[in-house]
Amino acid sequence: MLNRRSVLLAGLAMPALATRGFAADAIKIGMTQPLTGAVAASGNYVANGAKIATEVLNRAGGVLGRPLELVLEDNKSNPREAVASVEKLVLRDRVPVLIGAWSSTFTLAIMPKLMEYKVPMVVETSSAARITTSGNPYVFRIAPTSEMEAVAFAGLLGKFSPPMRKIDFLSVNNDFGRGAAEKFAASLAARGITVGKTETMTPEATDLAAQLTALKQTDSDTVFVTTGVEQMTLALRQAVEQRLGKRIVTTGGSFPDQLIANPLPAGNESFHILFYAPWFPERAPHPAIAATYTAEWNKKGWEFAGLTEGFRGYDAMLTVVEAIRLAGKPEAEAIRAALWNVKIPGVNGDIAFTKDGPAGQESGQNRPNVSILKLAEGKTSLL
Amino acid sequence: MDQLLQHLVNGTVLGGTYALLGIGLTLIFGVMRVVNFTHGELYAFGAYMTYAFVSLLGVNFYLALALATLAGVALGAALELVLLRRMRRADIDSVMLVMIGASLVLQNAEMWAWGGVAKLIPNPFAGSPLVLGPVSVLPLRLFVLGVSAALLLGFWLMLDRTRAGVAMRATFQDPETAALMGVRVGWVNTATFAIGSGLAAAAGALLGPVFMVSPTMGDLVGLKAFAIVILGGLGSLPGATLGGFALGFVEEFAGGYLSTEYRDAFGFLLIILVLALKPQGLVPAKERIG
Repeated sequence: MLNRRSVLLAGLAMPALATRGFAADAIKIGMTQPLTGAVAASGNYVANGAKIATEVLNRAGGVLGRPLELVLEDNKSNPREAVASVEKLVLRDRVPVLIGAWSSTFTLAIMPKLMEYKVPMVVETSSAARITTSGNPYVFRIAPTSEMEAVAFAGLLGKFSPPMRKIDFLSVNNDFGRGAAEKFAASLAARGITVGKTETMTPEATDLAAQLTALKQTDSDTVFVTTGVEQMTLALRQAVEQRLGKRIVTTGGSFPDQLIANPLPAGNESFHILFYAPWFPERAPHPAIAATYTAEWNKKGWEFAGLTEGFRGYDAMLTVVEAIRLAGKPEAEAIRAALWNVKIPGVNGDIAFTKDGPAGQESGQNRPNVSILKLAEGKTSLL
Repeated sequence: MDQLLQHLVNGTVLGGTYALLGIGLTLIFGVMRVVNFTHGELYAFGAYMTYAFVSLLGVNFYLALALATLAGVALGAALELVLLRRMRRADIDSVMLVMIGASLVLQNAEMWAWGGVAKLIPNPFAGSPLVLGPVSVLPLRLFVLGVSAALLLGFWLMLDRTRAGVAMRATFQDPETAALMGVRVGWVNTATFAIGSGLAAAAGALLGPVFMVSPTMGDLVGLKAFAIVILGGLGSLPGATLGGFALGFVEEFAGGYLSTEYRDAFGFLLIILVLALKPQGLVPAKERIG
């Protein structure tokens, strides 16, 4: 349980805790995101969330009497570029802490570098289990694993009518997609749901007709789609074209926001597992923080639906800054140790880390909240 | 059987778009011997121009397609005049390097101008598919297929029946003799590159509304266009058409019946097989253009 003081810390009462006036140099916080490439939409949303958190925190006095500077690098939706971006952030910009890197594939590629340079990273999105079970003590994940998401989703199965009986998967062919299919299959099979076919797609694929035609032939009633927001949008549009005729549930927290302005034809609906539903900030675990985040985002005039992913960057920044405050100095090892003591409220809910992975080499794992959003004819509602 | 029919329709639609991608590239190589690495970026350029005209300026969708194609023609002409004309005597490697550089500049300019987030282009077609028995297809896809076919036909007629087409074919066969016969080879090259670029932009303008528009959308498309052209035979218009449909059907059927995981790999396996058995491609005619 978090106390009142922690609540105040999360951006609401920073002036009371920080020294006013930015005489000293800024404290740099490194972030690597896919700002271009196949999953650029999500990466930009997350980066924007971190940017507004930086502004909110700086307006409130920064941390340790110093302003914050977000140093953002583009990993170009590519694991090799993700590694290069971390090299730049650590060696050139000398950041003591990182946030990244959206996709599990990019995060897994980066992780050896965290060990090599002994710099902690708050993982804001990636969901593959291996990220926190492989024995990397520099990893602190605020996003849920696919397994956590699947278990939380299984608890909400009663909200679907007619009930799910048999499911298929359409997953992007990487750690994120395959991992989600595996964990959702296991979790839902344990609830007596039959698991059918899994079709995969490369991250760059735009024509998904072959996969959807194959899925149309099965006797399942629901298809789980796991991929980035661009491909998710294509999958939903092409499912209409191929007359898939099944309930579609997307996983991973991304939301096909462009289908609000350009809705699918009447009679087509989809369900989306989200970690923040900006249409309903009053129903967030900490409505005041969600409202601040949403208001700041809207002030920028950014796409509203980007809020569904932008909160990851916002919460990650709150987490990192609280760790720096607890550490008392912007040094990598002190921040790593302090991350274990972080207990703050965020947009998604309470943020605190429990140990995951082999003893002595544990990573930190947060336990986030999950909600299900229904999208029909451009309109959203919470299940 | 139902699945087979749907895969046939999907393969035809996909093949039509691939053929459109291939012809612009094969034309430029056939006439100018230039490996156009900017093809994918010109495709993205056409899509972004359509987005700009439709979503930002409120231009009619069909007019926007035409304007985007013309913008592609203009950009192609500019690239030829500024970069390629100076390199007419240069070796093919130098030209390739310049074109790779130009493609990087174009892609980064698109990122700078539009940002990295993909965009949807609104279109006037119904979002629900046309249904005929077990088969369904979006009206927009049929429109794209129809326009692609019309462009292929119109382009073939231009090459076969017009003085400009004769000049292009003559330049392809023997530039020196063509020049002696009064053909203005420099302008033929400019026109060829502009038309080839316009076809790439037209493909982007047509397919942008089907898929989504992003600065890196040309990467995979550029690769596929090369695969189609190599499959069909470098410089061959019928070859590019045939190669486009061959690749479309192989990807669709292999993805549908064998493995979606290795869908793209089957397409490239086909290319390896064709090159092993027919190194000149599927249509190794003596005079390829036209």
